[in-house]
Amino acid sequence: MTAVTQGLRAHASWRWWEFALLAVLLVSWLLLPSHALLLNEVAILALFALSLDLILGYAGVVSLGHAAFFGIGAYSAALFAKLVMPDPLVGMAVAVATAAAFGALCSVLILRGTDLTRLMVTLGVASILYELANKLDWLTGGADGLQGVVIGPLLGQFEFDLGGRTAYAYTLAVLIACLLLARKLVHSPFGYALQALRDNRLRAGSIGLSVNLRLVAVYTVAAAIAGAAGALLAQTSGFASLDVFEFHRSAEVMLVLVIGGTGYLYGGIFGAIVFKLLHDLVSAWTPQYWNFWLGLFLVVLVLVGREKLMRPWTWFGAKR
Amino acid sequence: MLTLLFDGIAYGMLMFVLAVGLAVTLGLMNFINLAHGAFAMAGGYITVLAMNRLGVPFLLCLPLAFVGTALLGALLEPTLYRRMYAKPHLDQVLFSIGLVFMAVAGVDYFVGSMQQNIQLPEWLKGRFDIAWVGIGKYRSFIIVVCGVLTVVLQWVLANTRFGSQLRASVDDPRVAGGLGLNVNRIFLLTFAVGSGLAGLGGALGAEVLGLDPTFPLKFMIYFLIVVSVGGTTTLTGPLLAALLLGIADVAGKYYVPKLGAFIVYTLMIVILLIRPQGLFARAGGGK
Repeated sequence: MTAVTQGLRAHASWRWWEFALLAVLLVSWLLLPSHALLLNEVAILALFALSLDLILGYAGVVSLGHAAFFGIGAYSAALFAKLVMPDPLVGMAVAVATAAAFGALCSVLILRGTDLTRLMVTLGVASILYELANKLDWLTGGADGLQGVVIGPLLGQFEFDLGGRTAYAYTLAVLIACLLLARKLVHSPFGYALQALRDNRLRAGSIGLSVNLRLVAVYTVAAAIAGAAGALLAQTSGFASLDVFEFHRSAEVMLVLVIGGTGYLYGGIFGAIVFKLLHDLVSAWTPQYWNFWLGLFLVVLVLVGREKLMRPWTWFGAKR
Repeated sequence: MLTLLFDGIAYGMLMFVLAVGLAVTLGLMNFINLAHGAFAMAGGYITVLAMNRLGVPFLLCLPLAFVGTALLGALLEPTLYRRMYAKPHLDQVLFSIGLVFMAVAGVDYFVGSMQQNIQLPEWLKGRFDIAWVGIGKYRSFIIVVCGVLTVVLQWVLANTRFGSQLRASVDDPRVAGGLGLNVNRIFLLTFAVGSGLAGLGGALGAEVLGLDPTFPLKFMIYFLIVVSVGGTTTLTGPLLAALLLGIADVAGKYYVPKLGAFIVYTLMIVILLIRPQGLFARAGGGK
């Protein structure tokens, strides 16, 4: 075994805290049954942020419209349950497939141009979908949202209850499955190629990597995972509304990811926990102006330097 | 039909004035400022508040809006924005989204979330007919004001000392600095003027576009379209892009109201697909 493969193996090996985190996730289902609904939201947000991490943290694509795929997943899951069959797992598969197909289609749009072009195009796609969902009210219910969605029991026996325990277990299972998949992906040669092209596209291309092919692939995977997150939201709440496409959601998920840190997969989970806690705290205190504090937080975060947030030991101490 | 075209042009001119400051920050400082709409909103609110609460006449409000937002820009540029120029685009996006959220919530807190109305002076209301084409007075007023502004801007950029300094800084800030230009001061001044123009646009547009605290979010994408489609290297690029946008939007909403804002977004995506650097970018530009 050469030094390089050894190095890569070591990089890909499991750390103790990764096991600990997974254990905490599982235990949270057992120990906090009364908070299952909130935890469910956190887990969905974490999954959504995970999908953004794949394209932002690993492939370096700045997207302002990631909610597009989240929304596609939510609406296709809800519509499938309403019009075809209520089984959640089949619905999930359909939603993921739709989102992936749409992601593959959209990935063509992000191959060219600068960061600005990419921002615009992703933002534009999300806006188009928003308009579409708004205008096609015979199908989507328009601004009222898609109502009357009944989701069948999970695996034919576990009903989605009001307390949200089934929902949280379901979400947790999907989250962990996606996490493992993403982990496998980023530690494969494909993942390393992504990081290479994030750092320098031109160089990555000139050592023989097919940059575009990889971008298409990672964008499709990220769209699929975002679709799964959207489907989870629709299925566990039995509702899909226009706000899944809103700009707010795209901005929020970016913030979540940035709080947790980009480019190491778990940022989404930590970020989602912190974000939801912050949200609950601030909303309890001043419900209407939560956005102001969110904005202030963003501004300060960037001014201080977002890489410092997860490294408290750099907060104080002499500047170099 | 011609009325529609006229409205589209007025709308486009308005968009141009609103977005031209953004084109400058983007082209000059390579800074993605999503908070540009917040300056426009500030201008709009200055006008509304000055008119409704203090009884300042409309024509006086316009320069007031310009000066007010320019001062705001001049205040924010050295304190906040200047630190952002060298940061990665992700940071800039986060930062300016943060500013937008703060502006939206702040205005909501101080003024309230309802739609604000502007009482136009009598002589700007109504419409007149030229050869059976109905033309709104206010819309022609907008076209005249924005047209004059465009010509002045173009003249300043092309014929004055400051214009050539600015162009030098756009092309290469480092070399411009090396030649003894105070690039920071030029940035500051340009940013202030750009913000002021946005504020003026917001004041003019309060009647046409509507004004409420979500203004910066609603129109953010429009400003960005103008800039990204038009390119940031010339003034004519964004101008033509803004006109195209205005006409497409007005015509689209009139002929196919079901599709709404669709046409504009689709048009933008298609254009950016074919020409990622914008429609009118100079060939071989460095950025």
